[in-house]
Amino acid sequence: MTMMHTLSTTNPTDIGAVARLLTEDGTRVVDPLLEPWSAGIDDGTLRGLYRDMALTRRIDAEGVALQRQGQLGLWAPAQGQEAAQIGTVRACRPDDAVFPSYREHGVLFARGARPADLVLSWRGEVASTFDPNELHVATPQIIIGAQSLHAVGYAMGVQRDGGDQVAVAYFGDGATSQGDVNEAMVFASSFGAPVVFVCSNNHWAISEPVSVQARHPIAGRAPGFGIPSVRVDGNDVIACTAAMRWALDHARGGHGPAFIEAVTYRMGPHTTSDDPTRYRSADEVEAWRRRDPLTRLEAHLRARGAYDDAFAAEVEREADAFAAEMRAAAIGAVPADPITVLDHVYATPHTGLAAQRARFGAYLASFEGV
Amino acid sequence: MAALTMGKALTAALRRSLADDDRVLIMGEDVGTLGGVFRITDGLQAEFGPQRVIDTPLAESGIVGTAVGLAMRGFRPVVEIQFDGFVYPAFDQIVCQVAKMHYRTRGRVRMPLTIRMPWAGGVGAAEHHSESPEAYFAHTAGLRVVAVSNPADAYTMLRQAIACDDPVVFFEPKRLYHSAGEVDLDADIADAAPMGVARVVREGTDVTVLAYGSQVHVAMDAAIAAEDEGVSLEVIDLRSLSPVDYRTVTASVRKTGRVVVTHEAPREAGLGAELIASVTELCFHHLEAPPLRVTGHDIPYPPAKLEKHHIPDLDRLLDAVDHVQGRPSSHSAAGVTS
Ligand SMILES: Cc1ncc(C[n+]2csc(CCOP(=O)(O)OP(=O)(O)O)c2C)c(N)n1
Repeated sequence: MTMMHTLSTTNPTDIGAVARLLTEDGTRVVDPLLEPWSAGIDDGTLRGLYRDMALTRRIDAEGVALQRQGQLGLWAPAQGQEAAQIGTVRACRPDDAVFPSYREHGVLFARGARPADLVLSWRGEVASTFDPNELHVATPQIIIGAQSLHAVGYAMGVQRDGGDQVAVAYFGDGATSQGDVNEAMVFASSFGAPVVFVCSNNHWAISEPVSVQARHPIAGRAPGFGIPSVRVDGNDVIACTAAMRWALDHARGGHGPAFIEAVTYRMGPHTTSDDPTRYRSADEVEAWRRRDPLTRLEAHLRARGAYDDAFAAEVEREADAFAAEMRAAAIGAVPADPITVLDHVYATPHTGLAAQRARFGAYLASFEGV
Repeated sequence: MAALTMGKALTAALRRSLADDDRVLIMGEDVGTLGGVFRITDGLQAEFGPQRVIDTPLAESGIVGTAVGLAMRGFRPVVEIQFDGFVYPAFDQIVCQVAKMHYRTRGRVRMPLTIRMPWAGGVGAAEHHSESPEAYFAHTAGLRVVAVSNPADAYTMLRQAIACDDPVVFFEPKRLYHSAGEVDLDADIADAAPMGVARVVREGTDVTVLAYGSQVHVAMDAAIAAEDEGVSLEVIDLRSLSPVDYRTVTASVRKTGRVVVTHEAPREAGLGAELIASVTELCFHHLEAPPLRVTGHDIPYPPAKLEKHHIPDLDRLLDAVDHVQGRPSSHSAAGVTS
């Protein structure tokens, strides 16, 4: 049932016990179970993944900078998690339905979110920007784990429609302690729903180490629900892609849910309000810096002769342009008309709200011409 | 017209909704083969199949949370929460997800979800089986909250709730499941009174009694008893708790000048407080006396043998009627009602 790996260890933080295809220094290695799912990942694909990861990193840096400059209320940094996000989401079909949490900036970007989509809600201008039906991405979730059930329900809908889309739920290691994530696995397994759970185990849930959430590797839980799982190196974009291809194929093929634990690390604070120096050591962060997903892929591409200055410059230009657009969207944001706070509460008229709208509208109108 | 119990009227509404729209799904614990613990979904799985009438795992947050995903996919789930007191594990999904999705997505994702639950006391049930959680939901923007009091309303309002593009929390007074009444099964919901409209169940001139659910019947009994004493009560069945139909309510209060609200739920921060605050704002100059509430006590729901002391009854209601009329109570020695 379990696809593979590592469940011999009782140490949930043992990052050696993962499936990988790229070592820390960028050497391509073979993993017997992941290998078949890496077929056709050529230089072009790898450069595309590199570009997406580099843009994600830049989006993240810009988000932090904008927050520090007072342009955004909050930002949840994703540095270090680019491979886990891009490797998995790029394996999806555009019409697969993605249910992300607040940290999945790379997932949003890869699904076609525009620069404004990434900043306006963090700035507090709008609840959400993009249309979930267009991108097939749900509004990023803040309630930990809630979206895992939405993904399963959506997948149950796909089953009833006879469609072949897969629903993908993204959540963190902390989320695996939530009832909703466990209930989602029960529902998904019992109904054989085409859903893939992607747990980005970034080792910390704000200040709580993963050992507070799990005494056993997280991927080891899914088989208990009847869900096959894989524990991959979340900083290895090739392994993440291969694992996701396996999981999507499993779900799309009518075999029910699959679970991926991407073992990665959050390099920055939990959010821009957090102070990680209070709870983790500089040595730990340094050790993870050596496993950086971008440097690793760059080394691999260089070894293949697929990375040169022209490519680097082109990616940087693109990242600059995206970041500039984010900045322009944030700084140029026009606050919505006050009366719009009352919009879209209901799809159909609600007399109580209509009365409030009339009162507030009259109050606002009383200022006009003053 | 057919004489049906409220339970059978609800079943008929579900059957009709499943037949009319193939995006309608029923989900919950034991709703399939068993037909639900109150048999409201009786026979529906056999008729529509397990893809439409889904026995779910025993997980309330899971039931509502997956219904959210199904709604995102364009389905219209009708969720059964087995008992009022078991809705709390799903509270997060209801208030944070179901209620907010349309707002959060600026109208691009709809939540046409109906959350039904057997509700309130009076049946001698075990702990957690007689709760009145309506104020929690009425307090949550994005939800519609309704409570039915008779089989005809049960039939039309459930169909209206399922057809509604907004999420509806649908309360079914379990002590009325076996009460019977005339139901027009061929009625077109477009011709029926809209779900958000209250009904004057009995016209009167002296005191307006606002009630919903099974308290409508207590209020009607009170009206009959009061009539013997020469007092004319106007009884309003609110039907909808969010929104409240203040047009009907204020028209009545302007006529009578006196108001008593009755509900089983505890008093503090309950719907009675909301109703009285609004009535006071809207018809202050028509009021002849401070409006009064007759409610459950501010206690955890008591043991079954004591519940009759918790649920407002005829005497407590008449006592309040006396007080809003400025008369010493002829019905109890206890003084001002609680
Ligand atoms: C239900 C709920 N409880 C608490 C919080 C506050 N909170 C926000 S993020 C977080 C930690 C989440 O950790 P994890 O699931 O590992 O995801 P990560 O932030 O590391 O990506 C907490 C406790 C919340 N958003 N939702």
